[in-house]
Amino acid sequence: MLTIDRATYDAIVAHARRDHPDEACGVVAGAAGSDLPTRFVPMLNAARSPTFYEFDSTDLLALYREMDDRDEEPVVIYHSHTATQAYPSRTDIDLASEPGAHYVLVSTRECGSGAGPVDFRSYRIADEQVSEEEIRVVDSYTDADVAQPATKE
Amino acid sequence: MPIEVRVPTILRTYTGGSKAVETTGANVAEAIDNLEDAHTGIKERLVQDDQVRRFINVYVNDEDIRFSGGLRTELSDGDVVVILPAVAGGSA
Repeated sequence: MLTIDRATYDAIVAHARRDHPDEACGVVAGAAGSDLPTRFVPMLNAARSPTFYEFDSTDLLALYREMDDRDEEPVVIYHSHTATQAYPSRTDIDLASEPGAHYVLVSTRECGSGAGPVDFRSYRIADEQVSEEEIRVVDSYTDADVAQPATKE
Repeated sequence: MPIEVRVPTILRTYTGGSKAVETTGANVAEAIDNLEDAHTGIKERLVQDDQVRRFINVYVNDEDIRFSGGLRTELSDGDVVVILPAVAGGSA
């Protein structure tokens, strides 16, 4: 299960709407081992494409260095699909390289850049296997969330 | 002083869980060959047709080797090589 606070959830959705019809992408970093996404980091889609996303390689190095320095992990890796459903594509599965991360997919195919409904879903992707998971959106993280991180399968 | 190689999570199965390993080599291609000797199987994950795989990024002292000569990028003692898989995907 992905536990995520409302402000971060809204920030991901806003980014997806803003970049529509191109795919938006980014991460939400969190303390290593906490499984709690706390630091929203929108990334530039270097591909600037409606059907593909890729972090710029220089930005990617800077991001990982920063997370390393702060003892963080990419707890959430998100991107949008702008004309298809919020389900990992073959490409998403082939290129997934963080088995410990929650892969969040947002579909803007109905809302576009407007205020309509979005589909927001979360998956684990490891060894080419996809498993969808529940999402719990909270107003803010409680001591219980911090003390008892959701177990990673 | 040898060359330090920082290994991403998904390739640590080849390094016994280590985040960083040491190797030697006059350029990146040699360093990867030497890495392969100690950590069998890792080269195939990094290189295809004598080039770095499309969705693998290799940096030498913070520079992406695509812009500095690819696998022929020269190395000196004490250099730091960082390997990062691309974060990429999409509906296509």
